[in-house]
Amino acid sequence: MLKDRDRIFRNIYGFHSPWLKAAVQRGAWDGTKFFIDKGHDYIIDEMKKSGLRGRGGAGFPTGLKWSFMPKADPRPSYLVINADESEPGSCKDREILRHDPHLLIEGALLASFAMRAHTSYIYVRGEYIREREALQRAIDEAYEAKLIGKNNVHGWDFDLYVHHGAGAYICGEETAMLESLEGKKGQPRLKPPFPANVGLYGAPTTINNVESIAVVGEILRRGGTWFAALGLPNNTGTKLFQISGHVERPCVVEEEMGIPLKDLIDKHCGGIRGGWDNLLAVIPGGSSVRCITAEQAEAVTMDFDALSKLGSGLGTAAVIVMDKSTDIIGAIRRIAYFYKHESCGQCTPCREGTGWMWRVLERMERGQAEKREIDLLLDVTKQVEGHTICALGDAAAWPVQGLIKNFRPVIEARIDDYQAKHTPVAAE
Amino acid sequence: MAVRRVHPDQPAEFAFTAENLAWARATIAKYPPGKQASAVLPLLWRAQEQSGGWLPEPAIRSVCDLLDMAYIRGMEIATFYTMFQLSPIGSKAHFQVCGTTPCMLRGSRDIVSVCQRRINEHPHAPSEDGTLSWEEVECIGVCANAPVVQVGKDTFEDLTPEQFEKILDGFLAGRELKWGSQIGRKASCPVTGPTTLTDETLYDGSTIGAWKKRFEETAEAGDKAQETTPASALASPTHKAAVAEGSSPSSPGGAIGAPPPVHPAALAAMANAGLVKELEARGGGKPLSAGELDKIKADMLRDQAVAAGRQAVKPELLSAPRSGQGDDLSLIWGVADKMVEKLNAIGIWHFDQIAQWTPENVAWFESQLDGFKGRVTRDKWIEQAQKLSQGWRPENKAGEKPKG
Repeated sequence: MLKDRDRIFRNIYGFHSPWLKAAVQRGAWDGTKFFIDKGHDYIIDEMKKSGLRGRGGAGFPTGLKWSFMPKADPRPSYLVINADESEPGSCKDREILRHDPHLLIEGALLASFAMRAHTSYIYVRGEYIREREALQRAIDEAYEAKLIGKNNVHGWDFDLYVHHGAGAYICGEETAMLESLEGKKGQPRLKPPFPANVGLYGAPTTINNVESIAVVGEILRRGGTWFAALGLPNNTGTKLFQISGHVERPCVVEEEMGIPLKDLIDKHCGGIRGGWDNLLAVIPGGSSVRCITAEQAEAVTMDFDALSKLGSGLGTAAVIVMDKSTDIIGAIRRIAYFYKHESCGQCTPCREGTGWMWRVLERMERGQAEKREIDLLLDVTKQVEGHTICALGDAAAWPVQGLIKNFRPVIEARIDDYQAKHTPVAAE
Repeated sequence: MAVRRVHPDQPAEFAFTAENLAWARATIAKYPPGKQASAVLPLLWRAQEQSGGWLPEPAIRSVCDLLDMAYIRGMEIATFYTMFQLSPIGSKAHFQVCGTTPCMLRGSRDIVSVCQRRINEHPHAPSEDGTLSWEEVECIGVCANAPVVQVGKDTFEDLTPEQFEKILDGFLAGRELKWGSQIGRKASCPVTGPTTLTDETLYDGSTIGAWKKRFEETAEAGDKAQETTPASALASPTHKAAVAEGSSPSSPGGAIGAPPPVHPAALAAMANAGLVKELEARGGGKPLSAGELDKIKADMLRDQAVAAGRQAVKPELLSAPRSGQGDDLSLIWGVADKMVEKLNAIGIWHFDQIAQWTPENVAWFESQLDGFKGRVTRDKWIEQAQKLSQGWRPENKAGEKPKG
């Protein structure tokens, strides 16, 4: 098991004070100036060495992403930190924001310096009101201690602002977030141009997840090689896992990337409710990834590559566990409703497709469908997937595909059952 | 998408209080000059708070005036973002019950039933005396503490229907209520106590400055010094190599508890040395046929010849392009149609696949070709693919010759 010394988030449960003095005691803001003095490229190189892959779901290498920022551009550069944590199952950034905010603020300074940005916005989802208040208090402390702001002790002018959303899942998509931050509806932009060229207010912008930024300070202190030595190749470091659903003790916990799912659940969550024999399925990375079966769950490791091999994904490492009491069709139907509700309405396949998929699943949950409609539904998911500006279309299609791939017999049995009860008896 | 309309009964006017107006001006100053529209969400939210939890139409206009925006833009935003309540809510509490799957699995339907029984059959419609209202919201991001209900700023977590009824009564009676987990656990810590972060030395300040040693050693001993490698089963070289080769414990042969899978190169070396018994043991106990042994040996010889000391590691391949369509790989300078066919045949369809190649992956890829050795490095495919995967496009269809 990962040693406590190798854990980055040391106050994730809030047993200790989140404020500056205690955060410094735990190791935050230690040597920040030393690393800034080493220069922009040193930080980017260390991040590349660490192998850190973005923690927001897509898993793009963070150091590489930073290196796309232009080096000499007359426009200002921006770092936008994505704290619009809305993927069903995900609840990790919340704990960073309210319990370890100084790690985030320090990381924001280091990352902004690395990509030559003097201004950064943190976009916190609207529902996280207490979290945003805690974050603001920590930022005020940092300003007061001259850790950030104009003429701060680190020698890099840096302003950090908290912005918030108002309940739109789509604003977690990076270009929708920029639109929202500019005061518009959160409708994703076509790419290219990519935000690194034309981002916030038309200026070069990098968007990173809270967790990706909050680990930067510790990676620099311990070294990229330390982080890279944890986890598995191409899936390095530690990660906050969030386990919800039918486990004995749901929790958020920092563990090594590539930990077997079984270990994760047994060590930290007290196992599956009713034992592993009672497991039905697991959604391993937040609602938008395809579910895996109990059999797969017993053997899989929690990393990007192993899960994508199973046709699923690590996403935000939000593990949703479903035991045998679950109506799997109903569980996926509720996810389909979520995407119907959250589609921004810009692209027709998603706007219409999400509603269509949900309505069909509503009927399938009752069994009130034809078996040929299963293939029709699968076909529709393929027509939504990949045919929209952003990935919400894909995210809506994948859970339904996972349901059909793994649980087609359940749907068929439900239909048989319904038809047996409702077949009209011919008059004699 | 949700269809949302403004309420038919609207107050005549709205004006920010002096205090809120000052706050609004400070908020607008967070954004660059001329970009005041950025402040629209925070200002509308403050207007909703000032109006008793819902957003009247005059308030939308008032905020638009302040930000120099067309009214229709304000209306768009108020109707798009679902946290803006477009009709009045209960005067004592508005319960936002999370209904998405993680909460549903832990019983949020029962919470909704309580709302329907105690408040109103329909969401967004206040109770008879107008004190309470409710709605079912989409995931509010408290999944490890499901099921959860949000009221204003606060979340009530780890609920049962009985506890929720007590909370509901508490709001009716105007009692001060304890928010957060209702089963006495701290945040999202396991209910029986933490399984991690029990090392007290994390909190006594002894970690401060420990990192400096690395740089002092580096200064003394050159590049050899490294942070102590963490002692971790997952980080063991055999395990890593096995995973890199695609035989992670998640693949069928590697059930948990079985001996860790061995890198095929190691198997080959064993075969070569005649360590058949050892080989069988490490190969999962299955006896290997002569043909299999020969194949392992041949693979090893080929790898050695190709990589000249550099170990070849197979990159992640796809059986089909994602979303049914691959990238136009011919945009990489040095890759023409023939090579595109080869790449596709191997399972490379996208720029980002190439962008992530390590030198070991390059060695493996070149081992798959008949000629073209060294071409990937010479023509800087990886750097080109990294740029292309982020949306950069060359002016010429054949790509842009890398400099240097």
